[in-house]
Amino acid sequence: MTNPATRDIAPKSLPTIFECSVPGRKGHSLPPLPADADALVTEAIPKRFLRREPAALPEVGELDVVRHYTRLSSRTMCVDTNFYPLGSCTMKYNPKVNETVAGLEGFAGAHPEESEESLQGILKIYHDVSQALSRLTGLAGCSLQPAAGAHGEFTALLVAKAWFDDRGETGRCEVIIPDTAHGTNPASALRCGLRAVEIKSDARGRIDLGQLKSKLGPSTACVMITNPNTLGLFEDQMHEAAALIHEAGALVYLDGANFNAIVGRVRPADFGADLMHINVHKTFSIPHGGGGPGAGPICVRDFLAPYLPSPWVVFKDGRYMLERDCPKSIGKVRSFFGNVNNIVRTAAYLRQLGAGGLREVSGHAVLNANYLLSLLAGTYDVPYGIRCMHEFVINATRQKNLGVKAMDIAKKLLDYGFHPPTTYFPLIVPEALMIEPTETESKETLEAFAAAMLEIARLAETDAARVTAAPETTPVTRMDELAAARQPVLAWPKA
Amino acid sequence: MPSPSDVRFVKSHEWARREGGLVVVGISAYAVEQLNKEIVYVEPPQKGRTLKAGDVLGVVEAVKAASDIYAPVSGRVAESNEALAQNPSLVAEDPYGAGWIAKIEPSDPSEWENLLSPEDYDSFTASEEPH
Amino acid sequence: MINPYIETTAEQEREMLAAVGVDSIDTLFSAQVPPGIAFEGEMDLPPPLSEPELLREFRTLSCRDLAARPAVSFLGGGIYDHFCPAAVAAVANRAEFVTAYTPYQPEASQGTLQAFFEYQTMVSRLYGMDVSNASLYDVASALGEALFLALSARPDRRRIVVPQTLHPDCVGLACTYLRHFDVELVIASAQNGVINLSHLRDLVTSETAAVVVQHPNYFGCLEEVEEIAAMTRAAGALLIASCDPVALGVLAPPGEFGADIAVGEGQALGLRPYLGGETLGLFTCRADFMRRMPGRLVGLTRDRAERRGFVLTLQTREQHIRRDKATSNICTNHAHNALRATIYLALMGPSGLRWAATMCVRNLQRLRAGLEAVRPGSIAFTAPCFKETVVRTAGPARAVVSALREKGILAGIPLDRLGAEHTHHLLVCTTEQRTDDEIDALVEALTPHL
Repeated sequence: MTNPATRDIAPKSLPTIFECSVPGRKGHSLPPLPADADALVTEAIPKRFLRREPAALPEVGELDVVRHYTRLSSRTMCVDTNFYPLGSCTMKYNPKVNETVAGLEGFAGAHPEESEESLQGILKIYHDVSQALSRLTGLAGCSLQPAAGAHGEFTALLVAKAWFDDRGETGRCEVIIPDTAHGTNPASALRCGLRAVEIKSDARGRIDLGQLKSKLGPSTACVMITNPNTLGLFEDQMHEAAALIHEAGALVYLDGANFNAIVGRVRPADFGADLMHINVHKTFSIPHGGGGPGAGPICVRDFLAPYLPSPWVVFKDGRYMLERDCPKSIGKVRSFFGNVNNIVRTAAYLRQLGAGGLREVSGHAVLNANYLLSLLAGTYDVPYGIRCMHEFVINATRQKNLGVKAMDIAKKLLDYGFHPPTTYFPLIVPEALMIEPTETESKETLEAFAAAMLEIARLAETDAARVTAAPETTPVTRMDELAAARQPVLAWPKA
Repeated sequence: MPSPSDVRFVKSHEWARREGGLVVVGISAYAVEQLNKEIVYVEPPQKGRTLKAGDVLGVVEAVKAASDIYAPVSGRVAESNEALAQNPSLVAEDPYGAGWIAKIEPSDPSEWENLLSPEDYDSFTASEEPH
Repeated sequence: MINPYIETTAEQEREMLAAVGVDSIDTLFSAQVPPGIAFEGEMDLPPPLSEPELLREFRTLSCRDLAARPAVSFLGGGIYDHFCPAAVAAVANRAEFVTAYTPYQPEASQGTLQAFFEYQTMVSRLYGMDVSNASLYDVASALGEALFLALSARPDRRRIVVPQTLHPDCVGLACTYLRHFDVELVIASAQNGVINLSHLRDLVTSETAAVVVQHPNYFGCLEEVEEIAAMTRAAGALLIASCDPVALGVLAPPGEFGADIAVGEGQALGLRPYLGGETLGLFTCRADFMRRMPGRLVGLTRDRAERRGFVLTLQTREQHIRRDKATSNICTNHAHNALRATIYLALMGPSGLRWAATMCVRNLQRLRAGLEAVRPGSIAFTAPCFKETVVRTAGPARAVVSALREKGILAGIPLDRLGAEHTHHLLVCTTEQRTDDEIDALVEALTPHL
């Protein structure tokens, strides 16, 4: 065993938990095994099934574990510590009361195979959230089963496909997707056995109706539209686009990733959406957890509702029940009923804000984005004008020509204590920085961020090396991603 | 830098060179440039597979980009460059030499005439908007 | 302002609007949203609640469930009541872990990246497999991903064999996921609670891309995995194993019995039952399939100063780069649940996991012996079991569950939903959490129903 003092690692690195392991050390306080235990195991399980040696898990004490992971946590930037304007990811503040609600034992301790009479509270929440989402979207059917946004896309496309197949329109196997869409859209289409057909955006960053028309046809199942789109622009010809799509017998799929920009003010059904998913961690403030879990409820028009994943929560004779007899349903897309904990958080958020509070969510998300845009527009190029919805994209080509790329700007922001915006997305904007401030950030924070951005632009002109050397204040600096991908090391080697 | 004179090209940025009865295939220096020269992996073409011109032959991957390699001519895959498994950076270091990707036994020699000359390819890439 | 989480004051709102050059927030919308789309007035939702009112309302709802819930539970079937050290929640609930996003900027995310790297290491060691990804949603979707991986690795084969002993939600999901592909999904029948090996042998052909086995299976029984692996290998197909991670505290891991891909439900590793909604899809495979894996992968590397660090790697597999050619559509995974599992496994260590697994077997053995003593043959399937077993009841099992509920016991899962032949079958689970007294009380309560 290596002596901790001689570990060969640079001062700012932390050892892995495996390097902290000391044979015989324990991080638990468990009772001794009963005297009969080993004999009963031998009696119950033939030797050929038994593990020969225990899994090489670390042998560490509780303090070791607590200190190790607490130290790791301090090497992680988060919404509670820093402004995190990651475009399209909606890193808004996550109200703490929702965590309290989600942790209530009556919900957290519920087993999915219990009888409905001990699940009335949580089933009511399921029912209420479904109903609220239906009212906010204008779409009558709702399923809370999908585990994440991409999973919701996949599920909704399966619902659409099932509906077409049921009508004998089995030839509809294409999904039209604009070039500004999230990568999950084409990937989800593929997962449903559908073919992704890309259309280019027009010069205004919106769907090109001519292109759309030329690609629509008898094999189109859906057109997946993100509205507002990933450039932060409202699809102002949405009515026309929806009419064309419906005329072709296809369905309008709304990628609800940006629903937070319009929630409480615009119902997607009113601009032609037939089905959509919602990322609850974006619109309804579920914490992102370092990359999940989220939840990806889907809402659909009434005629698509019979195809939603089963089982459904129904309210009958004064009781909430699980309806399992759903003959047209596409079936299961995950085990049990969905990411229930996040549905409970959603319920709490909806209940605390009500319709009026939600209108303020979209209103201030859009105001904050426009205000920040106004502070940056003179210094950075803004390809699609000075008006936006909840987010906007700047083009750092001007800075790139001085030797400072979008990625350098992103890294330099870390030295100012800000998490960078999304970089190099959407793909149609060169040197893209996609900024989404969200409604929960104060005017002071937006101004401090803008000041940092302006300072970086000035540095690009005067001292580009200061920017390209960034970050300088983080526990590590830029990583050799090339080496990581060429010779992947995906696990700590065994001693 | 102009492309070598002994190869021909397709617009999807593969090159082809006649060698004995085979056609050697690789990706152009321009394509390598588009991938920031950071080639991390080449999915080897399957030996023995029969392809039509334009079919996907393999995949070349950079850190944050991947692009399909298309067969410039029809035929059977006679050989794939096994050195790339250990050292994918050969594609970036020597795209027209040691970084070759596959050798195809052509089924239709007349297809050779459809390929772009180095001059035509260079003017095509000059006209292509940088990514 | 109704929304308590918006910090902008009325005065600041006026200043910001002036800077933007509009008179109101509504104007910002009407300038961009074409007429006839915006909703007039307020949408029909229940009125907003203050924080104390909110807490009162949800506490009332949760107490209703809690009060209606019998005290002792023998429910399993994929979601389990296992012990979890207090330190798991204490550390995992730190805001830095809860409110960070996917670690796209490695310099600002070394904490989560290193934790996920440690997760990948622990899970691959536990399963005896070469590589683990950084998590999927749950075991069912992990199985779905495994099926797609197998089909891509065996592109000329179109048959998938799934056993009747697999968790019904996994069977259902496989049907849903594969419906629109030219793939033949065939079901291997069960006999005495385990896969009927001679039927399986008939089904595994040169057309078979993958064979799925759950071990321990849905009925709690151990499958003859080595024989199944040999059969699968001989046919050139891939073996996909679904294994309970706690069971691997005592059972030989899938990497040892010959699985090519192994998945599991990680809920048992320190997560709450939560109506089956706090899950973790464990996904591991052999190194050959690394570049075909779904989901995030964290890799070890160095920074410019040669310091050790971690990054998301092999990203060309993923949807944000490969779009319609990605290995999966997954974006958000179950990162925070994976973090909790990591801390759980670190605390339990090899000795703690072995303890939990041993106690499961021991408790189940006590239950089986007790029931067999009351009425021989009351254990429906004689194959070795881990923490669950199927009890044969005299009347319909659903009625037995209702009767025992009155006594404050959740006796198990009636299996009638699997088919009429299971009407008298009750799936009973004993984890390390059940005491001898509770087990004995269950035996006593079941006695009149055997």
